[in-house]
Amino acid sequence: MNLLIKNGRVIDPSQGLDEIADVLVEAGLVKEIGKNLKAPAGVETVDAAGKYVVPGLVDMHVHLRDPGLEYKEDIVSGTRAAAAGGFTSLACMPNTKPAIDNKAVVSYIINKATTDGFCNVFPVGCITYGMGGERMAEMGELKEAGCVAVSDDGRPVANAELMRRALEYARGIGILVISHAEDLALVGEGVMNEGFTSTELGLKGIPRVAEDIATARDVMLAEYTNSPLHIAHVSTKGSVRIIREAKARGVKVTCETAPHYFTLTDDAVRGYDTNAKMNPPLREADDVAAVKEGLRDGTIDCIATDHAPHHLDEKDVEFNAALNGIIGLETSLPLSLKLVGDGILTINQLIEKMSCNPSKILGISRGSLRVGGVADVTVIDPAAEWTVETEKLVSKSRNTPFAGWKMKGAAACTIRGGAVVFSR
Amino acid sequence: MAEFKHRNIIALRDLTREDMELLLATAENMREINSRDIKKVPTLRGKTIVNLFYEASTRTRTSFEIAAKRLSADTVNISPSTSSATKGETLADTALNLLAMKPDIIVMRHAVSGAHYHLAQKVTCSVVNAGDGAHEHPSQGLLDLLTIRDRFGRLDGLKVAIVGDITHSRVARSDIQGLTKMGSHIYLAGPPTMMPPAVEKLGNVTVCATMREAIQDADVVIMLRIQQERQGKTLMPNAREYSRYFGLNPENLKLAKPGAMVMHPGPINRGVEMSSYVVNGSQSHVLKQVENGVAVRMAMLYHVCGGELV
Ligand SMILES: [Zn+2]
Repeated sequence: MNLLIKNGRVIDPSQGLDEIADVLVEAGLVKEIGKNLKAPAGVETVDAAGKYVVPGLVDMHVHLRDPGLEYKEDIVSGTRAAAAGGFTSLACMPNTKPAIDNKAVVSYIINKATTDGFCNVFPVGCITYGMGGERMAEMGELKEAGCVAVSDDGRPVANAELMRRALEYARGIGILVISHAEDLALVGEGVMNEGFTSTELGLKGIPRVAEDIATARDVMLAEYTNSPLHIAHVSTKGSVRIIREAKARGVKVTCETAPHYFTLTDDAVRGYDTNAKMNPPLREADDVAAVKEGLRDGTIDCIATDHAPHHLDEKDVEFNAALNGIIGLETSLPLSLKLVGDGILTINQLIEKMSCNPSKILGISRGSLRVGGVADVTVIDPAAEWTVETEKLVSKSRNTPFAGWKMKGAAACTIRGGAVVFSR
Repeated sequence: MAEFKHRNIIALRDLTREDMELLLATAENMREINSRDIKKVPTLRGKTIVNLFYEASTRTRTSFEIAAKRLSADTVNISPSTSSATKGETLADTALNLLAMKPDIIVMRHAVSGAHYHLAQKVTCSVVNAGDGAHEHPSQGLLDLLTIRDRFGRLDGLKVAIVGDITHSRVARSDIQGLTKMGSHIYLAGPPTMMPPAVEKLGNVTVCATMREAIQDADVVIMLRIQQERQGKTLMPNAREYSRYFGLNPENLKLAKPGAMVMHPGPINRGVEMSSYVVNGSQSHVLKQVENGVAVRMAMLYHVCGGELV
């Protein structure tokens, strides 16, 4: 597959690159980056003038629902939505049916993604069998089969001793542990953030300290066992502070947040909008400010979507009965670009958080345009203006709180292994 | 008379002071009907009202039913068991099935806050909230307003204490929304485990450290029901200790203004929220609340039906 991407602003933080240049792709690899490159005969060209040419975006937190819950999303629809959002790689969480706790499921996912998918899929296996929180899963075999991390995402590992052992064992295997940090006793029957909005709406609240305390516990276990740890979907000012302090002490902790946590507050729940129901819940203005500050000062390493598709029937119900989660693959890039527009991040820092850092944290050879590397490239049109129309979304599900929002910025072209998998 | 512009009554938060004045004025007219020998007018003749109660509540359901019957509406009571609701049929499905039978009003009680907004999006008939989760109980709020206004002739400038489990109380939320919009000042007291965050931001509301502070010089003391089954084991040690620190008895009632009103949405746990001396005492307006409940509900049904006389 040969391709010449012409005249774009090539931004690759992994090699300190930021200049107007051409990128030549040959046989699925980056062949050359430079000015006025000549296209060899028969090479397709992509005009990237006025656009950013960046390492393919990597979303390290996606729920593909396949196998088992394909009516919400499957590997084909999910990776197509990812490509439309500018992602060339994603890591899929293990709460499928069956869960990703054995190599058969891992192989199924990798095979289906390779033959039918629109982007690279890196499975995340379970920490415990069936995410049951009782017995460690076979992390060695999961890694061998292709898992890039383990997590019981959606459920915390409640038993601190088991979490300690999982961190130690995973360190030996060389696989990353991703923590879904939540203290279930404190969550109780809560359905939204505990605060003034929950008071007014009369909905049971989830206190911020339910996340803070679990983050603190897992950070301390990582410190004690000297093991790497990644905290998923950070949403509170307490978690940001705890992680910042831990990093300063040298703890091997990384973390991610999702666009909704720096874009929305729990005010979005007003009207009992089930499309604003998620876990962790949308928080308050000072949490949003802390998340932005965490992104700015580097405490938060990555922006992931926590793309969590659900069927209409699972959302079009009374608030308490609705399932948690929103889709995010197709709205992540414009919402994140707003951080650049607002002066919180430079575009280079944003690309780090959406491509280089997640690749590095997961240990996958992506997130770079280095010559000789796999040609996963995203061409971003920062000026594209569009409106989120749910009926036009590529994902099978429609559960987004951003319906009708005017967005600025979009993927103009998504290239995986030198092949164009999406263009608009 | 002013016009009532709402098709549904789901929360007092959604109503203006004028809306509430109108409902109270109508309720006073309705009360006159209730004192006649023949307590029935043809106002809602031919209208069908469905009482859809997902939570058991003999009092509120009966009160709505009597209200409907005094206005000559036909009523149907439906109590889907919570278990059948979780076995597949959604609230929306139930509502659409009911709607196919062409009711004019659905009066619903539901355990989930906000369920009525969901229902109202699905149906074309009027929706009246008879209590949703810990959100609102507008008919109770309005009957409390009416009962207080009966006693003082006004609602502005009153000191109203509300004592008990504020977090789980839809009555408290409707009382706060209604009374503060009418000009009263609310003083809340209860164990901090039962006090929701930032509740002062709801309106003219002060959170007090002790019950004494809340009822000191109060014109009205509203005691909330403690739902012991709902408290789990973490919100208070036991009923005995609760009654000692948050129960109303003849002694601490003396802190309130002389002749202060005592109210309770019922049913009362005697000896827990209030001692029997207070319940049966001269300052108790509990039965007047019940009486006013019928009139207020007649007014609500009348206005959501368009307020047209047949
Ligand atoms: Zn999670």
